[in-house]
Amino acid sequence: MTNIVDDKKALICLIANLLRDCNHVAVGAASPIPGAAALLAKATWGTPRFVNILGSVDNNFFTGGGGELFDCAAQGRIDAFFLGGGQIDGQANINLMGRGDYPNCSPRWPGTFGSAYLYFLIPKVILFREEHTRRTLVEKVDFISAPGLSDEKTYRKGGPFGLLTSKAFFHFDKEKKRFRLVSIHPSSSLEDILDNTGFSFDYSEETPLTSPPDPALLEVLNRVVRGKVAEVYPNFADTIFPVTSNAGHDT
Amino acid sequence: MPMAIEEISIDDFAKAIPDGAKVAIPADYAGVSMAATRALIRRRAKALYLVGVPTSGLQAELLIGAGCVKTFESSALTLGEYGPAPRFTKAVREGSIHLIDATCPAIHAGLQASQKGIPFMPLRGILGSDVLKNHPGWKVIQNPFAIDDDLIVAIPAIQPDVALFHAPLADRDGNVWIGRKRELVNMAHASKTTFVTVDAISETSLFETEEKAAGVLPALYVGKVCVAPNGSWPLPFWNGAEVDDAHMRQYMQMAANDAGFQEYLDQFILQESVSA
Repeated sequence: MTNIVDDKKALICLIANLLRDCNHVAVGAASPIPGAAALLAKATWGTPRFVNILGSVDNNFFTGGGGELFDCAAQGRIDAFFLGGGQIDGQANINLMGRGDYPNCSPRWPGTFGSAYLYFLIPKVILFREEHTRRTLVEKVDFISAPGLSDEKTYRKGGPFGLLTSKAFFHFDKEKKRFRLVSIHPSSSLEDILDNTGFSFDYSEETPLTSPPDPALLEVLNRVVRGKVAEVYPNFADTIFPVTSNAGHDT
Repeated sequence: MPMAIEEISIDDFAKAIPDGAKVAIPADYAGVSMAATRALIRRRAKALYLVGVPTSGLQAELLIGAGCVKTFESSALTLGEYGPAPRFTKAVREGSIHLIDATCPAIHAGLQASQKGIPFMPLRGILGSDVLKNHPGWKVIQNPFAIDDDLIVAIPAIQPDVALFHAPLADRDGNVWIGRKRELVNMAHASKTTFVTVDAISETSLFETEEKAAGVLPALYVGKVCVAPNGSWPLPFWNGAEVDDAHMRQYMQMAANDAGFQEYLDQFILQESVSA
């Protein structure tokens, strides 16, 4: 259990580092790890200056209604966002619709949400999917909720930056149109990743291990951000912050 | 001066939404009228065309499970951390509902076109997705102002018969306070009429202060108001209640099979006393 908690905190710290150069980060309601990471980056560095957690009351400053997020994205006012999917393929296509033949998917997943739009308009889209198996990381998705790539004539300001899983971090190379393995988490290995990835990708035999989280960052997470995370994602907060101590200082 | 709001029971309120109506419903975070949802199931509503703005959750799940829905147009149906919606999943697998799968900003854009009284609204993105390929209404057009090739997706107007949601407050004139949930204003402007359940009635006009007036949907758009305290239960409400976690877990257990779902309907919807 402790290892799972440590692994999740490591993912939060890794993502926080990816958001440090952003001004405005938006996070979906059901994304506790990216949400915690955005709050951590803001608390630690003051950047991103704006964090919007959709569906939250306290951590959402939009006053223009549900459409404001999309207008913001189209104007380039959102720097980073997270997308997942039941299937992700080697071209960075994502499938949030379901497995099998549409429309009678089985299983059917919730649906495409804003992905078909936001993937085109937000510069740094981080694909995040904890499950790293051949079931989720596939050669070709069954349904393209949002394409990873578009032709040159298509208006496209954004797209895939990288893919983070419970085993590794990949960068998406838009020129080569392929993922490149950047680092391997300590709990995994190159062999494990090759065994469990359904698409081909570029890698070096000497791919480094993912750096362990900076203790200072972990300290901020555990002491300062903890309360905020609990506000937005109570169930998730219960799993990653032990209830034995009452060090839940809010900002 | 006569009161603009008539006292109406939740069941009579639901009866005023006819079978076959195209009903716009908000996402869980914007205030869902679960009280009206249960009343629609009690009156055995049929062939509803739901528009989830831009997604839906337990509301569409229950209506679909109870056989009230013919068409579901939205960007997602999600019960969040409770897991896959069992009745929706079954209906999709069996092909028993007609799906029009969209993407969130396209639902907003379709409503915006309707509120402006124009036939369509263009929208970026979407090109190359299977959502576009399968959508019956969207068209890809050339940007008429561009010299070079610039394809853009045209989203036709969505005009619901009724917008249905839950809000904190209405006044005696039928004005409704929606705070900063502006998507409810968009829904109401786009729809032919709007039905609202509220936690309470304000005895003073909502236009009395500018602070309050800034978040008001004017009575012009409002067809019916029904008082239903805690009317979003068991869903959370932005101006009050937390989600009823224990009830949601119980729902997931009971709705896992047909008999259990029927028992859920019997226990929590069909038996519900009208005054509740």
